[in-house]
Amino acid sequence: MKNSSLVRIQALLLRYLYVLRSSWPRIIEISYWPTMQLIIWGFVSLHFGSSQPEISTSGILISVVLVWDSLFRSHVSYTLSFLEEMWSRNLGNLFVAPLRPWELMISLASISLIRTLIGMIPAALLAIPFFGVSVFDMGFPLLAFFFNLVFTGWAISQFVTGILIRYGLGAESLTWVLPFMIAPVSCIYYPLSTLPLWLQEVASVIPTSYVFEGMRALLLDGQWRADLLWSALSLNLIYFLLGMVSFLLSFSSARKHGLLLQSGE
Amino acid sequence: MGTILETSSLIKDFGSIRAVNGLNISLQSASITGLLGGNGAGKTTTLSMLLGLLLPSSGTIKIFGGDFVKNRYSALRKLNFSSPYVDLPQRLTVRENLTVYAKLYGLKNIESAVDEMTETFRLNDYLDRRLKKLSAGQKTRVSLAKALINRPELLLLDEPTASLDPETAAWVRKFLINYQNENQGTILLASHDMQEVEQLCGNVLLMKQGELVEQGSIKDLYKKYACNSMKDVFFNVNSSVK
Repeated sequence: MKNSSLVRIQALLLRYLYVLRSSWPRIIEISYWPTMQLIIWGFVSLHFGSSQPEISTSGILISVVLVWDSLFRSHVSYTLSFLEEMWSRNLGNLFVAPLRPWELMISLASISLIRTLIGMIPAALLAIPFFGVSVFDMGFPLLAFFFNLVFTGWAISQFVTGILIRYGLGAESLTWVLPFMIAPVSCIYYPLSTLPLWLQEVASVIPTSYVFEGMRALLLDGQWRADLLWSALSLNLIYFLLGMVSFLLSFSSARKHGLLLQSGE
Repeated sequence: MGTILETSSLIKDFGSIRAVNGLNISLQSASITGLLGGNGAGKTTTLSMLLGLLLPSSGTIKIFGGDFVKNRYSALRKLNFSSPYVDLPQRLTVRENLTVYAKLYGLKNIESAVDEMTETFRLNDYLDRRLKKLSAGQKTRVSLAKALINRPELLLLDEPTASLDPETAAWVRKFLINYQNENQGTILLASHDMQEVEQLCGNVLLMKQGELVEQGSIKDLYKKYACNSMKDVFFNVNSSVK
């Protein structure tokens, strides 16, 4: 990567950090939702734990909730930062500067990672005193699960931002809808075998299903399944590249149709 | 004087509508040129193509001697613009906005560039105020400061004084003349304000229904249409060209 590219990526990252620090409620909100999720699912876990002790002792429910939320947070953080540019009608200014679309994508991914960590770390820390569950006990596999889901979040974001740049703010609701489309086949709260066979086929091309199968194997059976992780990573790479191509094609189409100057509200 | 910008047979179609039809223009360095035309004449479409925000359907654009359609990034470093169709992030302060853009344009000494623009555009009193708290006129000045932060060799302005009070508008016009004199910059200015065009521009390009229907120096156009204001030239051209 050229030094000038790095400077432009830093410039945009700085822009998103300025937005972030401009509002304390916004920073609190980033941590608020994961923490609320943790509290609700923590009590659900305690309740079910009385009849099925492995649920509470392994901390499986709390762990999968936290890890699943990292996908949702990474996607929403990426897409919302992009939407900021559209809401403020700033895309025209950005692309008249010598900014490449891929530099914008790296900046969005960077701020997404920062916001996801701001959101997830307090919730993960709170789970220790409140429910006696430390996701950090997973060690390296936690990092592997986390980054896989963050990658999935970015791949979804690239598709969504591509649609936004091409079809405008009318498609804004996709930001919230798309991650939940893959939730049922991600097998977050239940094993893959729960799904009917035809849905298992669908789940086999969804990277998140491998992540959660891997987590269950680790937390319930104490088994580290590197094969599942590699499958997730391979699929993520494919979707990430497809997402990237989709965004670049949409950007090119937006330039063809003159949409970069009409992207505001 | 060299040619900074040149278009050849530039065409832009939106479906069956031809927004710009065979545009051939050239801008000489160190000049201020007015781009005139009624609503829907194709001015904004033309500017968008010259900024790289819109791909032409056919034709060529050469900026600083290079093919702008094929490789726009090297030219974009030396170019900038201001338009009422875009805004800067409202949640950022004036200082933050200018800092981000100074960095995006790869300036070495960001602080001094921001200070210079602050002084030039008299932004000192609200440098740390968010853009959303500023008046329309103040925002326009910030937008112009952003447009000049990289000391562009080619500046494209769309209605630069549209929302300014008469005093500030007069100040901006004076500033643009000084800027062009001191930096030998080239300015292309789209405007509906004929008085502004008369004050600022040496040459004008007149568009109608996507076509360039008249061009030349203001003096020559006065002579040609036997009148003494751009407003009359505009009406004459518009009524004579079908």
